[in-house]
Amino acid sequence: MVEPSEHDILIIGGGGAGLRAAIAAAEMDPTLDIAILSKVYPMRSHTVSAEGGAAAVIKPADSFAAHIEDTITGSDWLADQDAVEAFVKEAAPEMIQMEHWGCPWSREPDGSVAVRPFGGMRIERTWFAADKTGFHMLHTLFQTSLKFRITRYDEWFATRLLVEGGRCQGAAAIELRTGRVHLVAARAVILCTGGAGRIYPFTTNGAICAGDGMALAYRAGVPLKDMEFVQYHPTGLPPTGILITEAARSEGGIMINKDGYRYLQDYGMGPPDPWPRLRAMEMGPRDRISQAFVHEMRKGRTIKGPYGDVVHLDVRHLGEKKINQKIPFVRELSLHYAGIDPVRELIPVRPVVHYMMGGVHTDVWGATTLPGMYAAGECACVSINGANRLGSNSLPELLVFGARAGRAAAAFAREHQAINRPALITQVLDEEYRLSRDFLRKEGGTERIATLRAEMTLAMEDGCGIFRDEAGIRRTCERLADLRAHFPRIALDDRTLTYNTELVTALELDFMLDAAQAVAHSALARAESRGSHQRTDYPKRDDERFLKHTLAYRTDGAPRIDYLDVVVTRWPPAERVYGR
Amino acid sequence: MTSSVSSATITLEVLRYRPGRDQAPAFQSFQVPYREDWVVLDALNYIKDQIDGSLSYRWSCRMGVCGSCGMMVNGTPRLSCAAFLKEYYPATVRVEPLEHFPIERDLVISLDDFMQKLPAVRPWIVRQDDRPLDAGEYRQTPAELDWYKQFSMCINCLLCYSACPVYELEPRFIGPAALALVARYNLDSRDQGREQRQEIAAGPDGVWDCTLVGECSTVCPKDVDPAGAIQRLKLSSALEWVKNVVLPWGRR
Amino acid sequence: MSPYYRPVRFDWWRKRRAYTLFVVRELTSVFIAGYAIVLLLLLRRLAEGREAYEAYLQWLATPGMMAFHIVALAAAVFHSLTWFSLAPRAMAVRIGERRLQPRTILWANYAAWAVVSAIAAWMVLRA
Repeated sequence: MVEPSEHDILIIGGGGAGLRAAIAAAEMDPTLDIAILSKVYPMRSHTVSAEGGAAAVIKPADSFAAHIEDTITGSDWLADQDAVEAFVKEAAPEMIQMEHWGCPWSREPDGSVAVRPFGGMRIERTWFAADKTGFHMLHTLFQTSLKFRITRYDEWFATRLLVEGGRCQGAAAIELRTGRVHLVAARAVILCTGGAGRIYPFTTNGAICAGDGMALAYRAGVPLKDMEFVQYHPTGLPPTGILITEAARSEGGIMINKDGYRYLQDYGMGPPDPWPRLRAMEMGPRDRISQAFVHEMRKGRTIKGPYGDVVHLDVRHLGEKKINQKIPFVRELSLHYAGIDPVRELIPVRPVVHYMMGGVHTDVWGATTLPGMYAAGECACVSINGANRLGSNSLPELLVFGARAGRAAAAFAREHQAINRPALITQVLDEEYRLSRDFLRKEGGTERIATLRAEMTLAMEDGCGIFRDEAGIRRTCERLADLRAHFPRIALDDRTLTYNTELVTALELDFMLDAAQAVAHSALARAESRGSHQRTDYPKRDDERFLKHTLAYRTDGAPRIDYLDVVVTRWPPAERVYGR
Repeated sequence: MTSSVSSATITLEVLRYRPGRDQAPAFQSFQVPYREDWVVLDALNYIKDQIDGSLSYRWSCRMGVCGSCGMMVNGTPRLSCAAFLKEYYPATVRVEPLEHFPIERDLVISLDDFMQKLPAVRPWIVRQDDRPLDAGEYRQTPAELDWYKQFSMCINCLLCYSACPVYELEPRFIGPAALALVARYNLDSRDQGREQRQEIAAGPDGVWDCTLVGECSTVCPKDVDPAGAIQRLKLSSALEWVKNVVLPWGRR
Repeated sequence: MSPYYRPVRFDWWRKRRAYTLFVVRELTSVFIAGYAIVLLLLLRRLAEGREAYEAYLQWLATPGMMAFHIVALAAAVFHSLTWFSLAPRAMAVRIGERRLQPRTILWANYAAWAVVSAIAAWMVLRA
């Protein structure tokens, strides 16, 4: 280990939430010493792939109450209502802040910010930068962050959080360029590492979305909340899983089966006309639309494509001009990756794993149960998304709770100055030894990383897909336990230090197995159907027993599952109705 | 999720460099299955997963927006997630790290130089007065947006630096992507920072180093047209000079 | 463990067709300069009198000089065409709310070229 470094705040992850947290802390107190540590350069973070938009109340006809109610209904009443209220009220100023920082929002002719409709929202409130909203937000945040005095550890991979005296005091991280393990000590740590979509075989998520922060927190004794809620986006492009944005539908696109029939009307989202219509048909919530696909497939009404069953997304009637103006990336991606021009042809799509509603359990300030440790963005679960996130809520979420976590961590860091450096150094030396013993110097391994990883993703798809039942989830739990047992037998081809990306993939698989086990065991315990968690053996929502958040704690064996009441303030649970 | 498996294969020649072990980079050949729908990145992933886990390269989004996976493919800078094997099959595909950058390891190049130049061009909105949040957004018409939009599409993949012979001969040159960002912010109706960026943009390593080869714009996967951005900066800074020197009474 | 710096290739202009075309475009200036020398020679011969001028005309008619003129003309046309095709990059013209298409700018340049050439031809040929 070389010279240890020490900061007031260490942010792990340089995507939207991490950058927003860093700027918020720097603006609150310019004397603070802030660092961002990320396994990729900030502009490579997966925020970059978000397409359709970001919701915030700005138009006169809209109201906070409407956005709150849409979000709570969309969550199937599993969201914490105090959190949703804070989120909705702060989303608007956060989005205006993004505008002031230069985000190139699409505009109305009068120069005001344009909004588009989005699934499950009763009014147009989704800001957008054509259909590269996440890309523009990430680059705006990153470029703006360059104004501030923020230390960056680009391409450093955090492998362990350091807990000392009941407080999180930093992390051990590999500097990928040299392979050295470093101590990065901090008075407060914020996890902003994004999602874990890569635990599934067919996902919109980039290679880096491996649940790193979730697993780091889980191993530090912090529970993972509501992990069974995994969002399938209805329109993924086979075989890659590249996302075709929901904006394709909000601009007027329709979904049809092999008979050209708008099948969503058969699943409680009709009638089909008039169209487009808010909170109906193709503008329904993602969980319902993805579930309808599976029903159609079972009825034999999907289309057999070279990569499995698909339905068709039809945007031809929008015309070339509107497609180029509003959803140019949809056209670019379809042309390039499927050889299909949406101006003239139907786009083949199927549901694809897109977002983890669950994550590191935090309060409304981003604080976890471990003092000094915060989390924000997709890796966290506050929770505002409950059992199903509405499209265009995740981008404002990372702003609102990124900023909140940044400020809360800043306040904590000022009040807790002491760092136990000798004890932290001991922990990092221990971590360095573990990495060497279990990976770089380990002999006699027989399993290929890619084989175990593929097996994990298939197990997740089989037992923890769109529809689940006890027998299937149990099998997945067993297969994951088996993979966990096999993991120590992996073989590394690469024993060198400089950019050992194979070591990174091994550690990511290790993290993903933790996240996958949390998902499967949380799903097994929740004997009801709610939002994205559909149990065929328990098809009804059960507020009596399960109007609760799942908390999964890591143990040496299966996770320990506990529950926490949902915060209900003014919106008592009701039937979740779309279409009418 | 793969299409019907055929026995066809394609050869990839990949430039390998392992610091401390290799004196200089050398090509290594790999036979990988050929699939119509595979891109070069899929072939590299196949090598890493099934043949040789020690091959190192960067990638993430595999949809051409994160900018990680730029490489030389048969001598041309490409995003490896957007370069299909079928463009080359049955010929051999030669994959090298992006040119004009130091090689850290295999296909991994050093971004240090670009990451130092980026903050130097002040790529953020500069204002004399900050507008309060409760005053709402700045008004910007679709035409005003259109004025700079193209230059805001840069994903920092650095293919343009690899295509620029000036950058090879004169590494201090600020370069296409960073100068495109100068244009992006200068042309934004919300920005007032043009003069602050002028020193670096029109300085000794700025736009006047560019000899207008134009290859940066040809290889750009996002149609940013950095060459165009640089020409516009040249024109505006020349006009500025005329105003200041020829007609000194016209300004200040 | 230091990174590897690939050596700079001094035949870089051979690496890519576009680089070669670029160098050719730059080299066209040599022919333009050569043509300027031919014109300067013309002035000198005129000053020397009729005999010198006629010898000069005969010199121009030699195959070598004919070839030089053809090559110089080709170089000038090549430079002009490639230069005009780059013009829309440097000039973004906005009229009111609308931005001019690159093609419009390109043709406007050609049109201006034609007008200037016509004026020059008129001035030279009217006598």
